[in-house]
Amino acid sequence: MEDYDIVCGARSDGRLTACDYITRMIPDFFELHGDRLYGDDRAVVAGVGTLKGMPVTVIGIEKGKTTEERIVHNFGSAHPEGYRKALRLMKQAEKFRRPVLCLVDTAGAFCGIDAEEHGQGRAIADSLAEMSALKTPVVSVILGEGGSGGALALSHADRIFMIEDAYFSVVSPESCANILWKDTARAAEAAEMLCLTAPKLQKLGLIDRVCPKNAPERLAADIAGELTVLSAMSDEALLEARYRRFRRIG
Amino acid sequence: MDLRKLFLKANNEPETNGLLPRSRHIVCKGCGRKTPVARVRREFFVCPSCGRYYTMRARRRILMLTDKRSFTEHDRELVSRNTLGFPEYDAKLLAAREKSRENEAVICGTARIEGHEVCIFAMDSYFMMGSMGAVVGEKITRLFEYAADHRMPVVGVTVSGGARMQEGMISLMQMSKVSAAVRRHSDAGGLYIVLLTDPTTGGVDASFAMQGDITLAEPGARVGFAGPRVIEKSLNQALPKDFQRAERVLACGFIDAIVPRNEQRTVIGKLLALHEPVAARKEDSDGRL
Repeated sequence: MEDYDIVCGARSDGRLTACDYITRMIPDFFELHGDRLYGDDRAVVAGVGTLKGMPVTVIGIEKGKTTEERIVHNFGSAHPEGYRKALRLMKQAEKFRRPVLCLVDTAGAFCGIDAEEHGQGRAIADSLAEMSALKTPVVSVILGEGGSGGALALSHADRIFMIEDAYFSVVSPESCANILWKDTARAAEAAEMLCLTAPKLQKLGLIDRVCPKNAPERLAADIAGELTVLSAMSDEALLEARYRRFRRIG
Repeated sequence: MDLRKLFLKANNEPETNGLLPRSRHIVCKGCGRKTPVARVRREFFVCPSCGRYYTMRARRRILMLTDKRSFTEHDRELVSRNTLGFPEYDAKLLAAREKSRENEAVICGTARIEGHEVCIFAMDSYFMMGSMGAVVGEKITRLFEYAADHRMPVVGVTVSGGARMQEGMISLMQMSKVSAAVRRHSDAGGLYIVLLTDPTTGGVDASFAMQGDITLAEPGARVGFAGPRVIEKSLNQALPKDFQRAERVLACGFIDAIVPRNEQRTVIGKLLALHEPVAARKEDSDGRL
């Protein structure tokens, strides 16, 4: 399959969204709302529950399936309030020594006047810095779209998994083609060059595991396995390993 | 071999916004007036007629902010590789090196500012629009690690279009790498003063540009995450005139102060003095700190 087909597939309807994975992996999920600063961004769905018998905090970027749902979830593009809600709940998870699971599926952080003026850049920057120091295990899974900074903000994890037909990219292939050749029609070429598929990113050492699609049960088992290993580590060892994980890139 | 090139150092070329490079005058893009280069330098690269801020190169910036002959550069020799085999990237890097006479889009090192020892980095918009690839990320990370090890403050000057597309996810994840190093430096009690200059956008805005203890900006600098054209296109409406300008970003609560160029060195010096360990501060005549 061509890389650009993967990108298009990751954007298409009929995929399992973050909420699908949450209901199937965490049957007792209880949603928690709000960033305690300004609002409640529904692009981010977050809460607590048990994954394979293990209490976790789960944070997902949800796109929605029907038109109504998509509007409610802003098509899976988070505002700064969404990242601040995520951060609030991660700090809460740290307090109660609960592991954190992030489920990422976004074309990118929302681009708009409000988002900018409420500090989109600052919200992502905070997320990266705080996650790097979070004293509890973090696993992130790229479910479908891993769109640039908006996806990276929830991916500063001990382990990054990707569903086999997901993508994770610094820029959308269309924007890349537009910048390089002023021609969005050459997006397929750009997609090839950006090395954005799960197997390619694993080969580059940027992600840790490629997971089969449409298999929430299997994913839950894989995540639980990693969380068990990570939970056995001391805080110092965990943070040092997380630091090294990103330190070696480039 | 052009012999003249051997004697041209990166730091003695006047910044001209690409206008009349070798001429002794600079024509202002804002008001069209001609000003002698020497005068422009004296005025900190601000147009004496209309007050327009000219682009300032990284090395010039460091010279302006630091004490004479106090700067020692770190990791100058690091150069980018085309890890992904991205088409035309090698040629672009070569052209950027030629054009900027720098090896990469950031210059790092140690220096003194008004007598205070600091680690300093300055980004250079002449090198691929100050974009962040693996080398930019690595140099800044090393600088923060060095600063944490030596208990030194960091002063950073940002100008960047964001993550460097040609290095794909490797460049995006530099945001994570640098952020972790900034956080470690901060947890060790280190002071980080960042000066945002025009433009500071994308992945740099969403990482170390927004992680300072004290965030300063130049007047009128564009500071924001998403490109204005992208927003305009997706909203299908014109943006307010001051959108993403430093003054507006300050009003929104994300910048501590806007500092004109001629005051930047004294302001940063003063802030550094306020963060000296108490024992090192000079007591005034009444014995107060």
